[in-house]
Formats: sequence, C-alpha cells, structure tokens
Amino acid sequence: MHGERKIRVLIAKPGLDSHDRGAKIVARALRDAGMEVIYTGLRQTPEQIVETALQEDVDVIGLSILSGAHNTLFPRIMELLKQKGLTDVLVVAGGIIPDEDVPELEKLGIKGFFGPGTPTDKIVQFIFENAPKRS
Amino acid sequence: MSEIEEIVQGVLAGDRRSIAKAITVIENNPEKARRIIASIYPHTGKAHVIGVTGPGGSGKSTLIEKIIREYRRRGKTVGVVAVDPTSPFTGGAFLGDRIRMQELSVDEGVFIRSMATRNYLGGIARATKDAVKVLDASGRDVVIVETVGAGQSEVEIIKVAQTIVVVFAPGLGDEIQAIKAGVMEIGDIFVVNKADRENVDKSVMDIRAMLQLSNKEQAWTPPVLKTIALTGDGVAKLIEKIEEHRRFLEREAGREKAREKAETELVEAIKEKVASLMIEELEKEGEFESYLQKILRREIDPMSAAEKILKKKLGGC
Ligand SMILES: Nc1nc2c(ncn2[C@@H]2O[C@H](COP(=O)(O)OP(=O)(O)O)[C@@H](O)[C@H]2O)c(=O)[nH]1
Ligand SMILES: [Mg+2]
Repeated sequence: MHGERKIRVLIAKPGLDSHDRGAKIVARALRDAGMEVIYTGLRQTPEQIVETALQEDVDVIGLSILSGAHNTLFPRIMELLKQKGLTDVLVVAGGIIPDEDVPELEKLGIKGFFGPGTPTDKIVQFIFENAPKRS
Repeated sequence: MSEIEEIVQGVLAGDRRSIAKAITVIENNPEKARRIIASIYPHTGKAHVIGVTGPGGSGKSTLIEKIIREYRRRGKTVGVVAVDPTSPFTGGAFLGDRIRMQELSVDEGVFIRSMATRNYLGGIARATKDAVKVLDASGRDVVIVETVGAGQSEVEIIKVAQTIVVVFAPGLGDEIQAIKAGVMEIGDIFVVNKADRENVDKSVMDIRAMLQLSNKEQAWTPPVLKTIALTGDGVAKLIEKIEEHRRFLEREAGREKAREKAETELVEAIKEKVASLMIEELEKEGEFESYLQKILRREIDPMSAAEKILKKKLGGC
C-alpha cells in the first residue's frame, strides 16, 4: 500500500563542461527505470555535489565529466564524501575518462565507468545491481 | 541509543545528516516515521511555513532561490521541500527544482530536499507535512514548500503552509483558467513573475478580477505583485508582504487557522488509523475479500458495506 523503497540518484556535472546532453539522457533513462533522479545542472563544485548528496540522502551519485578534470575533481569529491560520512553511497562515472585513469579512480572507491555511447540499459542494470541496500 | 533516537537527537541539534535521514524514513517507513514525528512534535510550530505553487515553468524555483537569499540577508535560516510528480507509468521521477538553487546548497543556513509524490501511505500531503515538521524542529526560521499547482492533491500539499504564494507568468491565461478552481481560494499572495515580458499588467488585472469574483468578506486581501525572479526585482516587496501576512496571522487569524489545521490533521489521522485497523481485522478472517466480491456482484454498495462492518466490529453503535 505504501511507496516501496525507491533508489534515489544524484546526477551531477562537476567541472566546466558546457553541455549536459549526455547527463540528461542518463537522468531520463534512470527515471524511466523507476528511480528518483535529482538533477543539479552544469558546473557543480565538489562541495556542492557532496552537500547535495547529503541533503537529498541519495543512494547513488552519477558523475558526468567531459573536460578531463576528473583526476583532480573526483579525488576531492571522494574525500569530501568520506569526511561527511557518506561512505555507503555508490559512485559511478560517465563521460570521457581514459582507460589508463580508471584503476586510480577505482582505488578511490568509484565503481562503474560508462564512456560515451554506453547503452543506458547497461547503466540502469549496473545501478540496480550495485546500489546499497538500505532499510 | 536506537537508530530512531539518534536521528531525533540529531534533528533537534540541527545536524544536516540527521535531517536528511529523518526525511528518508518519512518517505519509506510509516511506522518509524510516526515515532520520529511523535518525538519531535513538541519542538515544532516555530518556523514560518511558506507554500509556493503555480503552473510549471512560471518561475517558482527561481523565485524561491531569490526569496532564500533575501531571508539569509536578514539572518534567517531556511529549509525547502520541493515536490515534483512521480510518473504514474514508471514510478520514477525527475526532480529538477534544485537546479535553480544550487549555489545555496553549500550555505549552512539552507537545507533543500526534493520529494517525489509517489504513492505514500497517507498521501504525499502527509509526507510533506512531516518533512516540514522535521525542518521546523531542526530550528529553521522559514520553511518553503514548492509544488506544481495543478490538481487537488497539490492543493492539499500546499495547505501545510501558513502563507501561500501563487506564482503565475504572463500569457498563461489558459492555465490560470485551468487551475484557478483550487488555487484562487487558497492563495494569500499572488505573483506575476517574468515581469520582464509582455502582458504582465494584463495578467495582474485578470488575477485581480478573478479574486474579486470570489469576493468573500475577508480580513486579508490577497495582494497581486510583479516580480522578475531572474534579477530579483520585486522580491524584497514580496518578502514584505509575506512578513505582513505572518504578522496578520499572529494578530488575527492565527489561532483560528492553527486550530483548523490541527483539526484537519487529527481527523485525517483518525481516518487513517481506523481504516488500517479495520482493514487489518477484516483481512484476518477473509471478510475483506468477501465484501469485495459482494460489491463486485452489486449485492451491496461500498458505503452500506462499510456501515455494516462498523456495526459488527464496534457493536451496536
Ligand atoms: N524571462 C524570465 N524568465 C524567468 C524568470 N523567472 C524564471 N524564468 C525562467 O523560467 C524557466 C522556468 O523557471 P523555474 O524556476 O524552473 O520554474 P518552475 O517550474 O515554476 O519552478 C527557467 O528557464 C527560468 O530561467 C523571469 O523573471 N523572467
Ligand atoms: Mg520548480
């Protein structure tokens, strides 16, 4: 009778990218899969992203980045998440991230990487399988 | 300390993580939610709750951002609950109100939470009310609720507010027609936003005319204001009116309105409790199903069935 537990996802765009078509397509796909998607628009600082994740109590953060600044922005985001105690949040990344950067980012705790052209189904499925199970 | 006690303590101390968790509990677990509300209730009733409603795209979120800034300038802390519809087909939701307020997300004095309408036990209106109570108990001076003013359920949601601001944009004549039914009566302040566009004055006149039609003898005459949310033009004036309305409530209608609200909440709570108790009882014996079958066969109508059930369960009253 009452609403079942919904997966809440924050789709965030850190850095100075000037468009968010990809992020919006993913956001729509997640919504169509029954998730609640919080979208925050372009040019988010790590502080804004983490504070938003905290206030919205999301299960998942999807970071979308094209500008190449992931090696500086992602570590900062992961560090802030840890500081705020948001350690059980699943963090996935999309956009342009060279393969050679992935191992470092995985070490930080980022779990899924989805380059341009990834079918949205794949992202949806990954999130269903890896989102934290919370009461 | 139990998980719930910990959340309650955190909320009362204004801890942001606890506030967030409390609202999640409200969204997912009615029984735990009830316990949280029971504990924080004595600490509520201090915040001024402002409802902002109106057609999608009229500029509500943009305007709220400017309202928050103005309150922050005045040293007030602010909480926001932004409600967007759940898709009836997929059960998902796109919650985009925050986009317009993101710069404020790192301000310690501001807490913004997006909620989807879902299919809550007790309805979204109850869930919103409870989220507002959490923000209130956490010590926020002002709590703002945003909803898209369309159907009856949105009107129910926004009734949680003490001061209701209805936001239109010029050239939305048809939409004004469509939603005026519910919204014109509940608005305390009307705003025509996007005053940088054409036909603003015509919209202001249309709204004034409509308000006069519903011409009830009122102690408060709803003002119709113009704003440009993009630049903040007219927002200081809007806050003045909101504050004036708050003082008006304190002076005159406040106690009566609070009484009305408490009464509605009590009636709703009783309905919900009695209904779930009865249904549970009936389901034990399979009676619920058998009444359902009788109704489907048109042997009895639902209201008579309910009467029969009550007589049987409560004894001859
Ligand atoms: N020209 C103009 N555009 C505005 C104004 N206020 C908001 N907008 C724009 O109207 C659109 C919808 O605004 P939003 O705040 O999301 O509306 P909501 O759906 O009512 O919350 C956005 O593109 C805003 O930038 C205004 O005063 N003037
Ligand atoms: Mg909005």
